[in-house]
Amino acid sequence: MEGGATYVSDLGNLKATELRLGLPGTDAPEKPTPENPRGSKRALLEANEEFRGKSKSPEADPNGQEAAPMAKAQVVGWPPIRSYRKNSFQARKAEAEGAGLLVKVSMDGAPYLRKIDLKVYKGYKELGEALENLFKCFSLGELSGMEGCNGSEYAITYEDKDGDWMLVGDVPWEMFISSCKRLRIMTGSEARGMRSSP
Amino acid sequence: MTYFPEEVVEHIFDFLATHRDRNTVSTVCKTWYRVERLSRRSVFVGNCYAVHPERVVARFPGLRSLTVKGKPHFADFNLIPHDWGGFSLPWIETAARGCPGLEELRLKRMVVSDESLELLARSFPNFKVLVLISCEGFSTDGLAAIATYCRVLRELDLQENEVEDRGPQWLSCFPDSCTSLVSLNFACLKGEVNAGSLERLVARCPNLRTLRLSRAVSIDTLSKILARAPHLVDLGTGSFTIDHRAEAYHKVMNNFIKCKSLRSLSGFWDAAPRCLPAVYPICGNLTGLNLSYAPAIQCADLIKLIHRCSKLQRLWILDCIGDKGLAVVANTCKELQELRVFPSDFYGGGIAAVTEEGLVAVSSGCPKLSSLLYFCNQMTNAALITVAKNCPHFTRFRLCILDPKKPDPVTNQPLDEGFGAIVQSCKDLRRLSLSGLLTDRVFLYIGMYAERLEMLSIAFAGDSDKGMVYVLNGCKNLRKLEIRDSPFGDAALLEDVGKYETMRSLWMSSCDVTLGGCKTLAAKMPGLNVEVINERDESDEMEESPSDLGRVEKMYVYRTVAGPRNDAPDFVWTL
Repeated sequence: MEGGATYVSDLGNLKATELRLGLPGTDAPEKPTPENPRGSKRALLEANEEFRGKSKSPEADPNGQEAAPMAKAQVVGWPPIRSYRKNSFQARKAEAEGAGLLVKVSMDGAPYLRKIDLKVYKGYKELGEALENLFKCFSLGELSGMEGCNGSEYAITYEDKDGDWMLVGDVPWEMFISSCKRLRIMTGSEARGMRSSP
Repeated sequence: MTYFPEEVVEHIFDFLATHRDRNTVSTVCKTWYRVERLSRRSVFVGNCYAVHPERVVARFPGLRSLTVKGKPHFADFNLIPHDWGGFSLPWIETAARGCPGLEELRLKRMVVSDESLELLARSFPNFKVLVLISCEGFSTDGLAAIATYCRVLRELDLQENEVEDRGPQWLSCFPDSCTSLVSLNFACLKGEVNAGSLERLVARCPNLRTLRLSRAVSIDTLSKILARAPHLVDLGTGSFTIDHRAEAYHKVMNNFIKCKSLRSLSGFWDAAPRCLPAVYPICGNLTGLNLSYAPAIQCADLIKLIHRCSKLQRLWILDCIGDKGLAVVANTCKELQELRVFPSDFYGGGIAAVTEEGLVAVSSGCPKLSSLLYFCNQMTNAALITVAKNCPHFTRFRLCILDPKKPDPVTNQPLDEGFGAIVQSCKDLRRLSLSGLLTDRVFLYIGMYAERLEMLSIAFAGDSDKGMVYVLNGCKNLRKLEIRDSPFGDAALLEDVGKYETMRSLWMSSCDVTLGGCKTLAAKMPGLNVEVINERDESDEMEESPSDLGRVEKMYVYRTVAGPRNDAPDFVWTL
């Protein structure tokens, strides 16, 4: 399926890093967990809705705005712009970036994204180390290396020119940086799923 | 009417302009049905799975113009899996057998293969018009076949298709004897273009009025083309990057000056601000301007250009124009009927490009505004109420606040009242897209006031089933309803199952509808196809037969006389 539809994340993991509107110590009304969570495919979107739902309360947190990029970046098919237009711009952006190849990096559970310059790294190992450094402040554990590091819960994926989400490390480095539009560090069961494929 | 000879009845039917009217008269009696079907020249099929191609061709043997649409609208936003369907080949094959007189084919959101294009090119000796919008599955080889075999081709219009590039030869396939082109749009092609072939083609087609060039066409080539075709009415400029020779720039400007008939401009793919003055001479004549693919042009230069476009009726622009730029539009473009403001930064860094202020300004300065697509960072109820008062003539109103479920930033209220004002004021509203924070109340308003509404798009809105029910009960003319990420479930879905037979289709994704609900709908309404689209994760493998209580991720319901389709992929279940 096209990139973007596979934003699976365990609702439980998210709660720890979930941003809350309203004063600390107050509890937002929880949505009842559905009987059949459909493989938690919608879990992330539900988390978003819960997050958004709080904005209905009168004492909305002024920090609501800063948190927007995280939720926005992970909603499939939103904003409703034709892929043709999106692709047309993405191609231009990549070209315009010129010497550098800046791509956004998101990590499940992290409240904001980072940006890195792919041209700066010589290969996957360096990239892996850099990503680990970027996100280690969230103390979410060791990132999986692309060289076969085992035991961790993370997979590094990227969105390619066609909009598909691919596991980092399969193609030669040069090919990777020419087609990589953004990176996402996946967590939890989805990461396991991706990494267990041969 | 019973005593009129059939030729007279047929002649009277000629005055019926719309498909709907012709469809209606065909149901009056057997004679009228027969007269109508034999004299029908143009058929519109809004959903390719609503009817078998064989039936269309059998009923209308005199068919000259066929329009078919495939995937539902949300396919534009990657919500429909790649191989869901919408194949054009069965239509082309059937038409080739049954309507050899076919002259025009228009396809939207369909899968078109090179094979089908070749069959098309070879099967219809009188073929004149091919329009493909948001289609995929073909390459420039397919275009080569069209160019080679369609001897009297008048129009080749490719809008926003994904076309695989297999080289520039296709353009050279138009034979020297081809002089009939009136409209050629290949702006969406990404590959190289043979400039010489293009120039010669333009030179030998004296009736060419529309020409939209792809990004690969240089400004030099454009210059030569303008010199050869000063009668152009609609131009897509191609890349429009100037090189450093001032001479090239002046040549282009001089050639533009000669184009007195030019009314519509688009393209500007790589345009840098310093190139824009080349088009200043003809700005005063422009009725259409599309700068929405030109991110390099910023507000100040946009304003300088728009200042000169006092006759503009249609403007497509990026949000870097800002509220300030929209104020200039409001002051200058008094004839404006259609405005589209697209986002230049999709994932939004929160930089306020356009807000409610820009929209209010335009509504105040452009009273003829009837069609709007507006991507913005925020909107207020007050603004929408003002817009509704200023512009009661909206027929299409699509507002997209980039942040889902964002409330009115001033009052922190939902936008129910604002949209309510729009539907109440705009009695001719046919299409509406909602965004921002919305409760069931907005649907109450829509059900109450939006009598002419035909298409409604809902995302991240509503509180309960009541919302959807208000719409289904109230909007008598509703044809297409598409909903995503809203809390509507089985109760709403099943409230009035007969309603769906009066509509073309219903789409619901990431809502609360369950498999059981879908099955119930399918059982009650055999005249509908109820498709459930299930993309499986590896993690879903354990679920051999999903429970009826489980929510369906994507559901597509449409009326059909063709029964369940036979080309559905594995992940689509027709219940």
